[in-house]
Amino acid sequence: MYDTSYHRASSVDEAVNLRSSHDEGRYLSGGMTLIATMKQRLAAPSDLIDLRHIPALKGISVEGRRVRIGAATSHAEVAASSALRAVCPAISDLASMIGDPHVRHMGTIGGSVANDDPAADYPAAVLGLGATVITDRREIAADDFFTGMFETALDEGEMITAIAFDAPDKAGYAKFRNPASRYAITGVFVAKTGSGVRVAVTGAGSNGVFRHAGMEAALSTSWVPESVASVSVDASALMSDLHATAEYRANLVRVMAKRAVASAG
Amino acid sequence: MTKVTLTVNGRAVSGDCDDRTLLVHFIREKLGLTGTHVGCDTTQCGACVVHLDGKSVKSCSILAVQAAGSSVTTIEGLAPQGQLHPVQAAFNEHHGLQCGFCTPGMVMTAVDLIGRSGGDLDEDKVRHGLEGNICRCTGYHNIVKAVLSANEQMHGEVRQAAE
Amino acid sequence: MGVEGIGARVARKEDKRFLTGKGRYTDDMVVPGMKFAYFVRSPHAHARITGIDASAAKAMPGVIDVLDGKQLQADGIGNLICGWMIHSKDGSPMKMGAWRPLAVDTVRYVGDAVAIVVADSAAEARDASEAVVVDYEELPVVTTSLAALEAGAPQIHPEAPGNLIFDWQIGDPAATDKAISEAAHVTEIEILNNRLSPNPMEPRATLGIYDSAEDHFTCYTTSQNPHVARLVMSAFYNVAPENKLRVIAPDVGGGFGSKIYIYPEEIVCLWASKKTSVPVKWTSDRTEAFLTDAHGRDHVSKVKMAFDKDHRIIGLKVDTIANLGAYMSLFSSAVPTYLYATLLSGQYAIPAIHANVRTVYTNTVPVDAYRGAGRPEATYLLERTMEVAARELGVSPAELRRKNFIRSFPYQTPVIMNYDAGDYEASLNAAMEAADWNGFPARRAEAERRGKKRGIGMSCYIEACGIAPSQAVGSLGAGVGLWESAEVRVNAVGTIEVLTGSHSHGQGHETTFAQLVADRLGVPIASVNIVHGDTDKVQMGMGTYGSRSGAVGMSAIVKALDKVEMKAKKIAAHLMEADESDIVIENGELKVAGTDKTLPWFQVALAAYTAHNLPAGMEPGLKESAFYDPSNFTFPAGCYIAEVEIDPETGKTDIIQFVAADDFGNIINPLIVEGQVHGGLAQGIGQALLEEVRYDEATGQILTASYMDYAMPRADDLPSFTLSHQNTPCPGNPLGIKGCGEAGAIGSPPALINAITDAIGHDRLTMPATPLKVWTALQDAPTRLAAE
Repeated sequence: MYDTSYHRASSVDEAVNLRSSHDEGRYLSGGMTLIATMKQRLAAPSDLIDLRHIPALKGISVEGRRVRIGAATSHAEVAASSALRAVCPAISDLASMIGDPHVRHMGTIGGSVANDDPAADYPAAVLGLGATVITDRREIAADDFFTGMFETALDEGEMITAIAFDAPDKAGYAKFRNPASRYAITGVFVAKTGSGVRVAVTGAGSNGVFRHAGMEAALSTSWVPESVASVSVDASALMSDLHATAEYRANLVRVMAKRAVASAG
Repeated sequence: MTKVTLTVNGRAVSGDCDDRTLLVHFIREKLGLTGTHVGCDTTQCGACVVHLDGKSVKSCSILAVQAAGSSVTTIEGLAPQGQLHPVQAAFNEHHGLQCGFCTPGMVMTAVDLIGRSGGDLDEDKVRHGLEGNICRCTGYHNIVKAVLSANEQMHGEVRQAAE
Repeated sequence: MGVEGIGARVARKEDKRFLTGKGRYTDDMVVPGMKFAYFVRSPHAHARITGIDASAAKAMPGVIDVLDGKQLQADGIGNLICGWMIHSKDGSPMKMGAWRPLAVDTVRYVGDAVAIVVADSAAEARDASEAVVVDYEELPVVTTSLAALEAGAPQIHPEAPGNLIFDWQIGDPAATDKAISEAAHVTEIEILNNRLSPNPMEPRATLGIYDSAEDHFTCYTTSQNPHVARLVMSAFYNVAPENKLRVIAPDVGGGFGSKIYIYPEEIVCLWASKKTSVPVKWTSDRTEAFLTDAHGRDHVSKVKMAFDKDHRIIGLKVDTIANLGAYMSLFSSAVPTYLYATLLSGQYAIPAIHANVRTVYTNTVPVDAYRGAGRPEATYLLERTMEVAARELGVSPAELRRKNFIRSFPYQTPVIMNYDAGDYEASLNAAMEAADWNGFPARRAEAERRGKKRGIGMSCYIEACGIAPSQAVGSLGAGVGLWESAEVRVNAVGTIEVLTGSHSHGQGHETTFAQLVADRLGVPIASVNIVHGDTDKVQMGMGTYGSRSGAVGMSAIVKALDKVEMKAKKIAAHLMEADESDIVIENGELKVAGTDKTLPWFQVALAAYTAHNLPAGMEPGLKESAFYDPSNFTFPAGCYIAEVEIDPETGKTDIIQFVAADDFGNIINPLIVEGQVHGGLAQGIGQALLEEVRYDEATGQILTASYMDYAMPRADDLPSFTLSHQNTPCPGNPLGIKGCGEAGAIGSPPALINAITDAIGHDRLTMPATPLKVWTALQDAPTRLAAE
């Protein structure tokens, strides 16, 4: 790791101010990706602004069907929240599948969403739920938030403070893990809401997380696993790597979508 | 250099280090607690697992400065000198270690897993619970046995105490 | 002493230090003034070095010095060598290219060390390493063995034209060709054995300490054989004479072969310590481990197996190309020859065998012995071929094997080995019964109803452990003898130290070796200490690899114990005024048989050291040493059965059950032996399902240099295993034991691939059988019905 300077913020304002005074600074939440990347010397922020000690970024609130998850809430907390599980078990299940127990104790939803790793799980949930990404300065709809691999609509220095969404009628997530890294080779989040069906795919797309219109249409017609089995998935828009070809991923998108619907009930 | 103060194995400790110093290196080099190991560079092998404020974490992926003010338990602090924690004893009884290098992280993980499980563990849950820890020697067979045995003992004792 | 003696399931003595964080590994060592090294490594797979400029790096904070290969060469440090001479079939010696500890003019793989930076901290050393400017002129690259042999392939070493290291053969080509031409059926198959990275969890590390006052070096290192390290560093690398070089291998976190070899880093850190006048520690990170730890396997083979009309094997012809990487590692030449081709008879009576082996250089990490070393390659080849043959012949794979088993011993194979004992059918029967082989069709049908594909497969392996005797291996080209040493030191109060040339890095020697002493002398294992891993403490020894520590290392202890026991009995007989032949040792006492006269063990020991009343002419003391050179290899064997279930939608394979029935001869500690089998199975299953080192063929960049891309077996990838032991004691050593460290890794890959190919209905599948590969294979039309 290259040299860096650490700052611990105790409020959102303090964090944003610290960040704005360090051009090459980065926010540090759980650090499960950022620290690992810095260790490999693939990232070299001059300054790190630690967000884990800001009370306003913590906690899960469920009011009726409205859910708000503070950005610094760990995956383990999302997985274990009975309030959340009561209205949207799919997101708790998804959180329980991220990384491993130690990563889930440190890693946060805000960090994961802001990083937008193409193989991360949370982007599928945020997009699949049509969630709102709340920042220190505005609210961004999920459909506008993810703009490419590791790219989001966040401006320089903008900080995610919470993720909010209306609990869906039904939702499910299924993923197929990379046998080495255990990241998603393909993960599909499906949700049935009052405003329609959403299907979000992570781990597979050449341009990061994406929605699949064909599957959404098929599931809108009939919310059963078999509906997605015959939907065509365009392999040309999918990644190929050591562990999965685009054709294999296209198959997995169908299979995981089917299983996600099955798990949603 | 930053002065980092935290509680390790119940003792307040402090030491100067670069901000880039990882918690694992602080523990090993500043505190001389070399039971916590480094087995990979990518936050995957779990040889470095310690408890941070009561939760298992990978000390190779946390800066020492991030842990300032927190309470850390390492393998050296799991049981009083000369004694074995039930998980340590079970690993010995069931031959859950060979070269010993992954063992501290594996034991710290098992303690966390058993603690969180409320006793509700089976082979499948233990195997999934160990997904963040790599062992190259044992094939996990005896580690799984040891964790289940320790779970039985620890939660059995809790049940007995409640009666 | 049934509780702690031979055969007892004793929990390990050494566990407590590992379980409480008190294990002491090389990276844990701290000495005054110690500084840290980082190696500048080649980013190119093949390039000429046209210049090195370290001036900027030397000016960086904390940097003590930056040293390069020219300085190393100027100081007379020698090249790394391969210690086993192989001659090609035309009689010419193997073509060993120069391997400099720090490259001087050419780099030949990504990771080849070019310079060492020594600094106050590891982080500063790494910072400065990025400021060392190395000018490279890139050269064309070749990474696969087949491509390396093609005309016009990039030439890697001037010493080896066409990249061919040797072209060697064993067996009778004419008799084998004749058998094939007369066969009723010939099974032909191409076999790929995937390249693996050993991945002990403790990365390699070394601490070099030079004492200028004594002109003496100390080397802490992660070694399986510290004495061999000292020998080689003294005799070939000119680091220091043996009496000026102490090598200590403290607790070592796994080896699996990869820590047998002497690598550039040990040599360079010792030399750098002298150059910089500070102790120099280097610890590999995991990516460096993938880049520099010797890899394993990487064979490409063509096989022809000939059968007569009764399905008896009448001939076997094998043509293998082994990729040895960029340089010849210490034992690299022995692995695809004497550790591989000599096992090609397997468990079967095959009258004619011929194997041709070519080894080649490529721009990849050097390849050497990894758990099993040649024997997994032989077993995989043979057991895949048997399975395919059974499928072609339409017979049960179990019956085809049974029909061809060797049944009388000793048995001389056509490929050197003389099998001393075995009962292959016993293991086959035990495995089939444990796996409920006959109940499989019903289980397959049930899985089919759930949309899953089940398969079952077996593998009957044999291995050769405790490679020996020294004279024989010497005649085959080995540069060392393969005996073992022991010293049994009885203290004046009767406690015992055993000094052994074996080295434990997970194998539990501190317990099993103590059990042997407890069994012989009736003392508790708590009063027995095993000392190993330090050239200043232990007499010359050969270390631990090739499953040799039980069969060879313990036999040396037996020999030393024989001498101790004889002397103790003489003293006891003298003290109790009895005849020496009437003295028996029981429960920690020396007794006169048939009387009530006894002397506690400690009193005899004390008498030996007070020397007040010893038999006339006897030297005081009770300490004996022995060197044991076996008369033959040992031959563990067994049968493994895997049952798998494949999810056809994803290609993911779940192991439903894995049965291992092994014959290791006599067993000292079943708990430890089972642990060895579990670990071996996990590595074999890893090879079959998960693990493979991959290179980009155009650039020679390694694509699997971390656990992000190299799939290590995790707990949830594996099942619990079902084990059983059969026992035909080894007649060749005093304990009747055979060795158990590698069997699991040898026997398991073919069992799994046989099961998976059974499930998918054809044999067009290579290891590792990843979900991607299995799913892709399932898209192929099956060439035979899966459930015939």
